[in-house]
Amino acid sequence: MENILSIKNLDITFRTNAGNIHAIRGVDIYLPTGKTVALVGESGSGKSVTMKAVVGLLDSNAIINSGNIFYKAIDLLTLPKKELRQKINGQQIAMVFQDPMTSLNPTMQIGDQITEAMFLHKKISKADAQQKALELLNLVGIIDAEKRMKNYPHQLSGGMRQRVVIAIALSCEPKILICDEPTTALDVTVQARILDLIKDIQAQMGLSVIYITHDLGVVAKVADFVNVMYAGKIIETGTVEEIFYDPRHPYTWGLLSAMPDLETDDDRLYSIPGSPPNLLHEPKGDAFAARNKFAMKIDMEAEPPMFKISETHYAATWLLHPDAPKVELPPELKSRLQRARKAAENQL
Amino acid sequence: MNEELGIRNEPLLQVSNLRQHFKISRSFTVKAVNNVSFEIYPGETYGLVGESGSGKTTIGRSIIRLYDPTDGKIIFNYSDISGDLDNKTRRMLRKNMQMIFQDPMSSLNPRKKIGDIIGEGLDIFKLYSNLKERNQIIGDILKKVGLSPAHAERYPQQFSGGQRQRVGIARALVMNPKLIIADECISALDVSIQAQVVNLMKDIQDETKCAYLFIAHDLSMVKYISDRIGVLHKGYLVETGSTKDIFSNPVHPYTQSLLSAVPQPNPAVEKNRRLIPYDASKVDYEKCSWHQVSGMHFVLN
Repeated sequence: MENILSIKNLDITFRTNAGNIHAIRGVDIYLPTGKTVALVGESGSGKSVTMKAVVGLLDSNAIINSGNIFYKAIDLLTLPKKELRQKINGQQIAMVFQDPMTSLNPTMQIGDQITEAMFLHKKISKADAQQKALELLNLVGIIDAEKRMKNYPHQLSGGMRQRVVIAIALSCEPKILICDEPTTALDVTVQARILDLIKDIQAQMGLSVIYITHDLGVVAKVADFVNVMYAGKIIETGTVEEIFYDPRHPYTWGLLSAMPDLETDDDRLYSIPGSPPNLLHEPKGDAFAARNKFAMKIDMEAEPPMFKISETHYAATWLLHPDAPKVELPPELKSRLQRARKAAENQL
Repeated sequence: MNEELGIRNEPLLQVSNLRQHFKISRSFTVKAVNNVSFEIYPGETYGLVGESGSGKTTIGRSIIRLYDPTDGKIIFNYSDISGDLDNKTRRMLRKNMQMIFQDPMSSLNPRKKIGDIIGEGLDIFKLYSNLKERNQIIGDILKKVGLSPAHAERYPQQFSGGQRQRVGIARALVMNPKLIIADECISALDVSIQAQVVNLMKDIQDETKCAYLFIAHDLSMVKYISDRIGVLHKGYLVETGSTKDIFSNPVHPYTQSLLSAVPQPNPAVEKNRRLIPYDASKVDYEKCSWHQVSGMHFVLN
């Protein structure tokens, strides 16, 4: 499988008044052509920063210490900013942001906002651009597109606005779509429709998609591969089935069991104690150790490497070391996983 | 819980035919809540679900009288709290009903110390005899929500989101209320922190026997925490019943559509799921009436 985008050993520090924050500590992410990869983690784990590095939108106090981001064979980090803007952003890689109200210009008509990027990146006549915008609005499922072209963002509902944002992202036929929490601000019913829409478009246009989200329900619906991020590191990566039916990292266990499914009827929800580490101070050993009830002595001293579980499944926890003691999964999670596997079998 | 309690007990809160309209201009009125009736029994959790704009938050705010209800009756703790409030009723209401807000940053005054934020209600109602007792009460409540008494001297911005929400809960709890309105109180938190806060709310309910009106759009969390659920759509309550009734036997087409959209953390199930569409444009809820499905399960059709 060929990777359209590979992020290798990315390492980013932010300079702030309080000191240097080591936000990204050696991240590898691979996006196979035509597939969907999800990036999951708590706020502050570095998922958005990683993707902002890809599109060159990092704040000016960010320092990229090391790493490469390859789009096909081009290293985006070595590319001059101007060239990145002219040739890559929008045309090859487009982004959909979380809040559709703040990512649209309130003083501009929808139609103009969609054609704006086309005029910028392509030699295209006004009539052609208008026609294209109309097609895009139809593609994203906006009824009465011709009339809507003249509307302003405030005249549309949240779901419609997000559809417009997606239409803008698709206007220059990008190869990669990065969706940063695209449905967090939306209702469940609207969310389901938007996710289905992105999926349909992906199949039609052969897009590769990256989702940034903390909602595991969304991940289960859309992703082929999942990367779980914690404190600026990828701590588990695998196919969506491997992560949901056979998770290996205690943090992934915690995430899965903290979100009740519709059958959860335990008295208490399993919760991950404490809160994520402050990256102002470089964590010693495993960054998750302080919140991990399975932590061993070595977790406090040395950072675990990625242990290989299968060709696609890796996890960074000392529990996978051949010398580590065998641990029992928390009972809530065990029954949960059994339930999930059984439900999966019934589907087939 | 209502099976054991509801039959014998009087409801703690009884909302009947509540309407909340907002006049925007001479010719335009937003009818946010229409003809909503439900009751909450002592010690139970009632979940209100619905899409944004369905009126869940408005109902919560009308009940605690941040708004003046347009029409309808609200009986709380044997007193009518729907019309103009006299001093005695207002004090009873403010003491016995508390609210936890969605955004823990904007709901805490950044210029006040945590201790004073929590102690404000105590000050107003003079619930302590001397300063030592006040600090003692505040320290105890902070411990109960998993913070330390020393935190009383700090300011809100020194806390993380999850901790701030704990402060919000402590502020509501310190009055020892009978009903707490939790308006999307976990939606702004991370998944791992959500579970901590939900566990805390459950523990507190077991201990103090307070009732919750739990307003949320995350259906799996609502299912987990609620005893009974009301489903709202366009300002109308379309279905209400025990959690089991609603989830295993949804009758109203809107409820069915809503449930079909709940994301499940299970890839195989999720990838084969079909959304049940619901078109409300032809339905006039004003003309509908309530039908009993079974026991406490009612539907509007």
